[in-house]
Amino acid sequence: MTGGPGPSGQDTVSVAAATPGRQQPFAELGLTAAEYDRIRDVLRRRPTDSELAIYSGMWSEHCSYKSSKVYLRQFADKAPESAALLAGIGEQAGVVDIGQGYAVTFKIESHNHPSYVEPYQGAATGVGGIVRDILAMGARPVAVMDALRFGPADAADTRRVLPGVVGGISFYGNCLGLPNIGGELAFDPCYAGNPLVNALCVGVMRHGDMKFAAATGPGNKVVLFGSRTGPDGIGGASVLASASFGNQNAEDGGESSKRPSVQVGDPFMEKLLIECCLELYSSGLVTAIQDLGAAGISCATAELAAAGTGGMRVSLDAVPTRDASLRPAEILRSESQERMAAVVEPRHTDGFLAVCAKWGVQATVIGEVTDTGRLEMTWHGELIVDMPPGSAADDGPVYHRPVARPAGQDALAAADPAGLARPATGSGLRATLLDLLASPGLADKTWVTQQYDRYVRGNTVLAMPEDAGLLRIDERTGLGVALATDGNGRYCKLDPYAGTQLALAEAYRNVAATGARPLAVTNCLNFGSPEDPGVMWQFEQATAGLADGCATLGIPVTGGNVSFYNQTGGAAIHPTPVVGVLGVHDDVRRRLSIGFATGGASIVLLGRTRLELGGSAWAQVTHGHLGGRPPRPDLDAERSLAAVLIAAASGGLLAAAHDLSDGGLAIALAESCLRGGLGCRVTLPGDPFSYLFSESAARAVVAVRPGSQPAFAALAAEHDLPAEVLGSVGGDSLLVADCFEIPLAELAAAHGGTLPALFG
Amino acid sequence: MTARVGVVTFPGSLDDADAARAVTRAGGEPVPLWHGERDLHGVDAVILPGGFSYGDYLRCGAIARFAPVMSALVPAARAGLPVLGICNGFQILCEAHLLPGALTRNAGLRFISRDVRLRIETARTPWTSGYTAGQQIVVPLKSGEGAYAADPGTLAELEAAGQVVARYIEINPNGSAADIAGICSDSGSVVGLMPHPEHAVDELTGPGSDGLGFFASVISVLAGA
Repeated sequence: MTGGPGPSGQDTVSVAAATPGRQQPFAELGLTAAEYDRIRDVLRRRPTDSELAIYSGMWSEHCSYKSSKVYLRQFADKAPESAALLAGIGEQAGVVDIGQGYAVTFKIESHNHPSYVEPYQGAATGVGGIVRDILAMGARPVAVMDALRFGPADAADTRRVLPGVVGGISFYGNCLGLPNIGGELAFDPCYAGNPLVNALCVGVMRHGDMKFAAATGPGNKVVLFGSRTGPDGIGGASVLASASFGNQNAEDGGESSKRPSVQVGDPFMEKLLIECCLELYSSGLVTAIQDLGAAGISCATAELAAAGTGGMRVSLDAVPTRDASLRPAEILRSESQERMAAVVEPRHTDGFLAVCAKWGVQATVIGEVTDTGRLEMTWHGELIVDMPPGSAADDGPVYHRPVARPAGQDALAAADPAGLARPATGSGLRATLLDLLASPGLADKTWVTQQYDRYVRGNTVLAMPEDAGLLRIDERTGLGVALATDGNGRYCKLDPYAGTQLALAEAYRNVAATGARPLAVTNCLNFGSPEDPGVMWQFEQATAGLADGCATLGIPVTGGNVSFYNQTGGAAIHPTPVVGVLGVHDDVRRRLSIGFATGGASIVLLGRTRLELGGSAWAQVTHGHLGGRPPRPDLDAERSLAAVLIAAASGGLLAAAHDLSDGGLAIALAESCLRGGLGCRVTLPGDPFSYLFSESAARAVVAVRPGSQPAFAALAAEHDLPAEVLGSVGGDSLLVADCFEIPLAELAAAHGGTLPALFG
Repeated sequence: MTARVGVVTFPGSLDDADAARAVTRAGGEPVPLWHGERDLHGVDAVILPGGFSYGDYLRCGAIARFAPVMSALVPAARAGLPVLGICNGFQILCEAHLLPGALTRNAGLRFISRDVRLRIETARTPWTSGYTAGQQIVVPLKSGEGAYAADPGTLAELEAAGQVVARYIEINPNGSAADIAGICSDSGSVVGLMPHPEHAVDELTGPGSDGLGFFASVISVLAGA
């Protein structure tokens, strides 16, 4: 097994030891000279080609979190006590106890770079990857969401990228049989060339069904199952996701030259994998399991071994391939989709293979667990990998990147939108509302959501355009979970600390607006290059804001994902942390919709409205302006608001609830009218412009059931929550007394026409 | 005696659990049937559920029609066993020549997931006997290849023989010929429907409960048989 330079001409361990001076292409694989030297120190020789392939994937920014690790620690360090947390950061996805014996696991992950290069497959495989993460925790995946951000809606490239991304999510998610229950769609010039495609998956299991990715028990078999390994996605993590895009007009063919780094998805195989895995779990045939995502077999073997007994021996020849010419280093780096690795006791191997055969899933024993402390791999009988698995999985480089507040930050803050011209007449306010309602970021998203199956599995209680997705978990008791994702790059650009807390607060509020109690947080941190000190300052601020915010709200971060290098040349995206909040609903039959559907219900504005326009939709749509301060986060007020919403939903006091965010009260009222099919009559208690378009946080608008107003007023008072009665639900127009009236048909036309006009 | 309604699971079937739930809600007993078995386990009726059987590779339903379970189902259906094919199930029934015509790409070439209003055109099938002809119902539609197509002669025969079971009204979402959303065999026992009645069995998770009638109909017919 430890043969010398073999007849195959492979770069074996012995060859590497004998040829220390051979030049190796570490830079092309995304490693720095210092990192390469460190590998030589760990191995006390130069790495073989295969070892180099493993380290390049595992030490990539995407897999190792080397630039972000020092900041992510605070999510655990500052985490509030939570009895609900069953598994937290470090697992493939966090697991939360929702009661009645159920546990829920959820996570959001980016697939930004592939989705720009090849939108359809890039987005499709983003869904596939996050679903396998959830599956690998032992759960049945039950729903997906997607948070999408693109360049200007009318840009030519957006017409290439957006329909492709939406089509890819539709293709993969629908074929997988997972309802798509919500997400986001935003446009900003900063995302031209760097679209953000963040996919979330949620899964459900019983307590005790949780699985871990730890290869324990020497002699246990390592089984690779699912699709064959092909030459697709090679270097996806290290080359594509861990570097900025260059000049797109470069002579090398631009970004199309990275196309082979994008994986190709087969949702049918993934559907079979899901059912196959769930049967394997319920039959007790699995000791440990991990999905194959970034860095493919490299990552799965190194992580399983490092987390377990410590050693593993793998015969790479046994890996089924789609291309017989693949070399070992390519097999190790391939990111072919729909593959899983399991650790199986020898006595269960036959049963394991039989279940896989039943589902038509190819399964192959490729190695076994050892107690040597080494990850060893052979090819044609020769030893080509011999390394400590922890050196790749856990002990990668950690960087304290330089941090510097960007020079333009003060000027940005000084550009206060308070000085911009505001509409003062009723007709001016009316036109402003219609402009905002028709703007691409606030327009009706039906063009997108109509391509997603929301009904499959029969448990979707709320989906887009509601504030949060809501799933029934138990048909008998009505137990359910609500999920929302939110982010606002404009707020974060102005103040990444406050902006991230606003994203957290909005997702928290959206969950509470359905009547669910927020429990846990996941996040996808989308930023520019970590090699830019200004970007690292944004990252430092954002992570501190999120960790502090979670501590105040009393809900822990359970996991997440970092996507750096979202920039083209020197231009980075706005810092865009996307925050997902999961809540538990005690009885989904008491859920609240945003729709005004109950005539005579009183409309009440909850929370305090100040004139806060920095980063607002109004400043963007009307003036193309970004400057000043974002709204002030007030997390204590968010807690009070959530407590009132949850209690009021549970007590049956409300007919509808809608959070206030982009576009303020004006947009919320319009959306609630359109959703429920009834109009409303309101009188504003102060300056109409401020009340309609300010984006002060910690606010919601509710429709209180006729007769419940006294009880609701008492509830709000008990929580010191300002509650201003504005008017009532009814009629077929949105009427703001002394300002304007807009028929619902006119609102619907403005809201619904934009995306079809842009995208066909 | 409770009616036993088989629900076939092919590799890639997605709405099998939903169909089984609808059967239960309507008072029947759902019986899981596996694609690889040539045995219908004595069920009183069969549902071919929605999904992407075999990934819909080659052509929707084209591989499923060769599944072992179909070798038992086809003769039973020809002998009068009530069969409902929903979405992918409809496609399979067409591929198996239990129903005429074919389902083709949506006119807009995109997947469509939305609620649609249908008019039930005939109550003579065991799956629609609980409705009245002309009754309007709202159920979800979710498909990429849902445009019903057939040659003019076949369409004329379907109309003349009263084999159009349901039609899209208000709008034709996918370019189906003659607004056809569902058809039946000449005996009426085999029904193919592109929209999803199993997703409209309660107010909480669907647009309403209008779809429950398909399942309640067959269970009522079987109880009277």
